[in-house]
Amino acid sequence: MNAPLMIANAEPSPAILEVRDLTIEFATRRGTVRAIEHVNVSLAKGETLGIVGESGSGKSVTSYAVMRILDRAGRIAEGSIIYSGMDVVAASDSELRDLRGREMAMIFQNPRAALNPIRQVGRQIEDVLLEHVQTTRADAKQKAIAALEQVRIARPEERYHAYPFEMSGGMCQRVVIALALACRPQLLIADEPTTGLDVTTQKAVMDLVVELTRERAMSTILITHDLGLAAAYCDKIVVMEKGKVVETAFSKDIFRNPRHPYTRKLMRATPRPGAALRDLLPIESIGEAPTPTTPWPTAGDVLLQVEGLIKEYPRQDTAGLFSRVLGGRQEPAAPFRAVDNIGFEVRRGETVGLVGESGCGKSTTSMMVMRLLDPTAGKITFAGEDISTIPARNFATHPMRRRIQMVFQDPTESLNPRFTAARAIADPILRGENLGRDALRARCEELAGLVGLPVEFLDRLPHQLSGGQKARVGIARALALNPDLVILDEPTAALDVSVQAVVLNLLQDLKVRLGMSYLFVSHDLHVVRLLCDRVIVMRSGKIVEAGTSQQVLETPAADYTRQLIEAIPHPPV
Amino acid sequence: MTILSEAPPQATKPAASGMMAMVRHTQYVLAENPVTAGSFALFVAFLIAAILGPSIVPYDPLASDTAAALQSPSARHWFGTDQLGRDIFSRVIVATRLDMTIAIASVVLVFILGGFAGIAAGFYGGWTDRIVGRISDTIMAFPLFVLAMGIVAALGNTVTNIIVATAIINFPLYARLARSEANIRREAGFVHAARLSGNSDWRILMFFILPNIMPLMMVQISLTMGYAILNAAGLSFIGLGVRPPTPEWGIMVAEGAAFIVSGEWWIALFPGVALMLAVFCFNLLGDGLRDIVDPQRRT
Repeated sequence: MNAPLMIANAEPSPAILEVRDLTIEFATRRGTVRAIEHVNVSLAKGETLGIVGESGSGKSVTSYAVMRILDRAGRIAEGSIIYSGMDVVAASDSELRDLRGREMAMIFQNPRAALNPIRQVGRQIEDVLLEHVQTTRADAKQKAIAALEQVRIARPEERYHAYPFEMSGGMCQRVVIALALACRPQLLIADEPTTGLDVTTQKAVMDLVVELTRERAMSTILITHDLGLAAAYCDKIVVMEKGKVVETAFSKDIFRNPRHPYTRKLMRATPRPGAALRDLLPIESIGEAPTPTTPWPTAGDVLLQVEGLIKEYPRQDTAGLFSRVLGGRQEPAAPFRAVDNIGFEVRRGETVGLVGESGCGKSTTSMMVMRLLDPTAGKITFAGEDISTIPARNFATHPMRRRIQMVFQDPTESLNPRFTAARAIADPILRGENLGRDALRARCEELAGLVGLPVEFLDRLPHQLSGGQKARVGIARALALNPDLVILDEPTAALDVSVQAVVLNLLQDLKVRLGMSYLFVSHDLHVVRLLCDRVIVMRSGKIVEAGTSQQVLETPAADYTRQLIEAIPHPPV
Repeated sequence: MTILSEAPPQATKPAASGMMAMVRHTQYVLAENPVTAGSFALFVAFLIAAILGPSIVPYDPLASDTAAALQSPSARHWFGTDQLGRDIFSRVIVATRLDMTIAIASVVLVFILGGFAGIAAGFYGGWTDRIVGRISDTIMAFPLFVLAMGIVAALGNTVTNIIVATAIINFPLYARLARSEANIRREAGFVHAARLSGNSDWRILMFFILPNIMPLMMVQISLTMGYAILNAAGLSFIGLGVRPPTPEWGIMVAEGAAFIVSGEWWIALFPGVALMLAVFCFNLLGDGLRDIVDPQRRT
């Protein structure tokens, strides 16, 4: 834990890993691109190092270079990587094969993708053990089960035979950790190990990683975009921006005394207790904000009323075809209730947050309110009209359609790859009214101006836009028809924190300006607190708690809400 | 890796010059990949032969001249002459039009039928999916060439029927590909977004799903194009389909086959080479076409 820290690599250090002056270039269609430049990182034995940065900062490239798993276009142009006295840059393929797995191991971002989907997890662990001659065939199974046990998987003998698809995301990540640690490596690289996992799962996985690495005196590199997570679990933090290391510091110091402006900007943009929406923006740009936020608009009459909403899905028939053919008639399994009798209301000008972990039914609820999905039972009243009786398949052409719109979670996936930004924004308008070419263009430019998208980007295709720009296109499209209610389905989940800060502020300004209501679906309580007037917490299809944001977040009544709040990483302050 | 995808896009010219961008992109794809460029050149050569063939050949492909029968290739007759003294070079060139027509017409037909049936099956699922799936299965249950023979034999020996038969035997390939691709995109965010914009199902199929599966369909089209030529030639070879004395590669190979044993190899060889080049060219073309129709490859 408290290994000597080498911030300036002045003398030969007892470091297990020493990266010096590393520069990596990628050959692309537009010529050579420098992904990282003159990066210096050193890691002592038993130390946990966090590499923090936004997308494109070069944090993953750095770690891939350490394992020499850069893809073919990447090339180490300069610098050295020394791993316990061995020059990794000059190592041969067979030396590298020995190094990987036995000396260094990696945990990947998407645990499901990192596992072979058609092989039992226990067998996959055996494969690694056998490959590195850590075991014999005879006792491979015991060792694999022991490895599963070490990552706190309950009933490891049973789980040994499970396939990845039979396990939850958190479970899969545990198996990946078991795989990575099977050969007792000295260095563990975790590349965004908890992105896409729920907060409570994230906490469990991170606690496990820290505990296991401490037990074995391993060194760990944690790559993440979340400064809070890194500060909570790492001894030392390296902040990267655009391929360069901008700051290296102890994590207990970095929050108290960030030295580099970029670190300060990142910290500002991270939603945290006590910060208001405006506080997330860089200091320079606050003045430009179009409207003051302090007077929150008072909520008007009820716009959306949901009563007794239920969505059931038939369960998979557990009896196989064989027994069905043989005539073994049995009772059909009770249907699975994704949403179980919930009710809430959204008033005009109000933002209501719908919070819960994956599988809690919040997305199903929003899809039903959105009328993309038919409820099994219940009533959805929108502006005084019962819209739950209109079948979802006919709702696309219903006049009510234009009054409820949505901003999707993944800005990339929600844009047709073949439409330019302008075409995407114009699409709802084209379906509704018959504007002339020039009027349409003018409307698109007006909407682009509203969401802060420069007009010259309107003629680009989605893959030519950055994540934040795509998010703006998605918002402009949702606003094109002047809707009364906009459902925001984790609109910033796929964005960097600094972009998230800007988009959240934009959403708030737009709401005030256009007098809309928001239903904000999210798993991030901090973000919900910033934007929402009222919060509804869901679990397994039921509402466990509802109330004003302040009430729910500061004095939560339900145990589950408390768990959720506690699971958010707390940086040492 | 994140670096590449997040690199700020270069300033591009406005899409007003969409056609120009397409042309420039095509140039780029061809310059980058010499094999694709070669197959494009070959394809253009076949097209010229198909369009201008009859007016540029040195001899009438049907005129027999028994005095000049079975001559080996020479300066006068580049590919030699056949048993009736017809110039093989002229016949190979003139045959291009017929073979290309059959290939292109059948591929267009199957693309429309199979593609749309497949997209609808993948998008709607349920009964549409079951019906399209069972039709595909039924067709796949037959040896495909035998099925084509049966169709032509039953419907009659015409060019139209060859086209129809070739389209039918390729139906499952298109329907299945389109089905699986449409099925993946059915729940995509941009399809939901299209619904929210008020697009009807039909518009979603036509403007959101179809354009996005075009790159894959292009590969399929170019592969089946080669296959369709081979199929048409095969039918003629066994005496179904096009009849002599019409110049057609399959018939010419069939006619020449009898003479190979007696040493007159050129009668079968040259149409065979033309056939091989055509199939080869279409197979290579696929990758290039995909790169051209895929906007993500454009910068």
